Amino acid sequence: MQYFKYFLAFILSMFILIPLMMAVTISLNPSNTDILANMGSWKSFIPQVFSFDNYRAVWSDPYHPFGLYLFNTFLITSISLTLSLVVNSCAAFSLAWGEGKYRKYILAAIISVLAIPGESLVLPQLLMVSKANLVDTYAVQILPGLANAFFIFLFYQFFSKIPKDLIDAARVDGFSLFQTYLKIALPLSKPVCVTVCILHFLGIWNSYLWPIMVTRGPEVRPLSVAMAAYFGSNQTQWGNVMAFAVCMAIPVIIFFLIIQRQFIASITGSSVKG
Amino acid sequence: MKSYRRFLPEVGMLLPAIILMVVFIFIPFFLSGYFSFTNERLMPRPIPTQWIGLRNYERILADSEFWMSVKNTLYFAIVVIPIQLSLALASAILLNSKLKFIAVFRGITILPILTPITVIVVIWAAIFQTPDGLLNGIYQWLTGSSDYIDWLGDEAIAMLSIVLLSIWASFPFQMLIYLAGLQEIPKDRYEAAEIDGFNKWQQFRYITFPGLRNTNIFVVIITTIGALSLFTQVNILTGGGPNGSTTTIIQYMFSNGFSSQKIGYASAVSVIFFIAVASLGLLQRRLMRNE
Repeated sequence: MQYFKYFLAFILSMFILIPLMMAVTISLNPSNTDILANMGSWKSFIPQVFSFDNYRAVWSDPYHPFGLYLFNTFLITSISLTLSLVVNSCAAFSLAWGEGKYRKYILAAIISVLAIPGESLVLPQLLMVSKANLVDTYAVQILPGLANAFFIFLFYQFFSKIPKDLIDAARVDGFSLFQTYLKIALPLSKPVCVTVCILHFLGIWNSYLWPIMVTRGPEVRPLSVAMAAYFGSNQTQWGNVMAFAVCMAIPVIIFFLIIQRQFIASITGSSVKG
Repeated sequence: MKSYRRFLPEVGMLLPAIILMVVFIFIPFFLSGYFSFTNERLMPRPIPTQWIGLRNYERILADSEFWMSVKNTLYFAIVVIPIQLSLALASAILLNSKLKFIAVFRGITILPILTPITVIVVIWAAIFQTPDGLLNGIYQWLTGSSDYIDWLGDEAIAMLSIVLLSIWASFPFQMLIYLAGLQEIPKDRYEAAEIDGFNKWQQFRYITFPGLRNTNIFVVIITTIGALSLFTQVNILTGGGPNGSTTTIIQYMFSNGFSSQKIGYASAVSVIFFIAVASLGLLQRRLMRNE
């Protein structure tokens, strides 16, 4: 039984690994004829040659500036994550510890937003941002995703579990609501912050429909969309395409594997308990 | 007046999120309803936008391409959901057992979650490559013939290829959620069952599966909504072809609203999509609660 389980785990791992190993193997092969000849056999996922020619080609392609895409992605991601942490946690704290009776209506409105699929909003959003001349900017890729009903909900759940005594003590010490949030609640909520950062990052990393509509050229385009465009214009150059894919995916994969425990906790904790 | 002023700080803290939500969620939500009754275009044109009543909806319901996209999307969902969920549950049970190197196996299995969808699509484009890609290599090895299959170019096969790639891309996510669900089932239930002489299948049938009830509700809902929103894979790999055999609802909305710039018409599609997703969510929740 135990051996059979190892066998299954091995099959499962191969099912996952072969496509990824294939990307690496093809990216290391400088000859496109070789790549095509090997594509249908095991040689397509076990490296035979180790050359960085394709990587050099990707990094020096004038029509697809990889460095610029990387910078765009980095900029959009870091600004988005920072602002979304602040905006959502701040709103959640106000909902959890404010005094107004209006809060329950706002909370209900925010929860009802969870039922709206983002895809059904993109067309009016597109019309609005083109009227506001925001197409092809960083802002248009950052702003629409900032306020997130689910993230507010996660923070709200956490903040409402803070003991009332702690909040009252802060008030007695003369802390305003905002100071209580900033100095007491926010530092306590580090695990939620990590979850929100990871989920928001995955959201940006996998978004495609919105960025292809609002970025027309390479100037502000992020990596994920650039990958599709690069594939579109270099379809037969498998070596270059895979080098592009590996360059963008590997750093992120390594980073998340290092924080694997926290990553898994974020995904499962936020979904099951939510 | 004074009593209102008391609320100023807390409202101030709430305001940035509220403004962003109003601008980017509530206004677009109502606009899409409004546009669906007009002939609004993306680029301004000399003739002003007109209210045209239900004409968009009539045209959509009369368009065979729309029904094709609905059929394809449902076909995708019906094929992908059972396979994906059983694979996710099976691998969760496997990776929940005490094996050596279990952390390594888990680490490998979550790799697709960490890989951006566009990269996944491009890698699978190589696997689907016709006639000399890996999948055809496997096919020829299994059948011993030199025939090949046009994985993305054959009308009967293209959607199934999209299914295969989508399963690879998303089952690890569902697996993680099942894994968390499995770990919440108390161990003593299994010990008691073992004493009572339950075999493995009976343990699964009477302990594991009922214990995963809430997890199942959640996973089925998110997987269904995800399946109905299928777009990226199709847009990059086939653009909806060959012959419309892989057009999905979102791809149809995208090509009408963005490529042909018919915002009014495509908004009506997005309203239909919203109603479908929202009511499906409600229906599913009700069904599973009554179980």
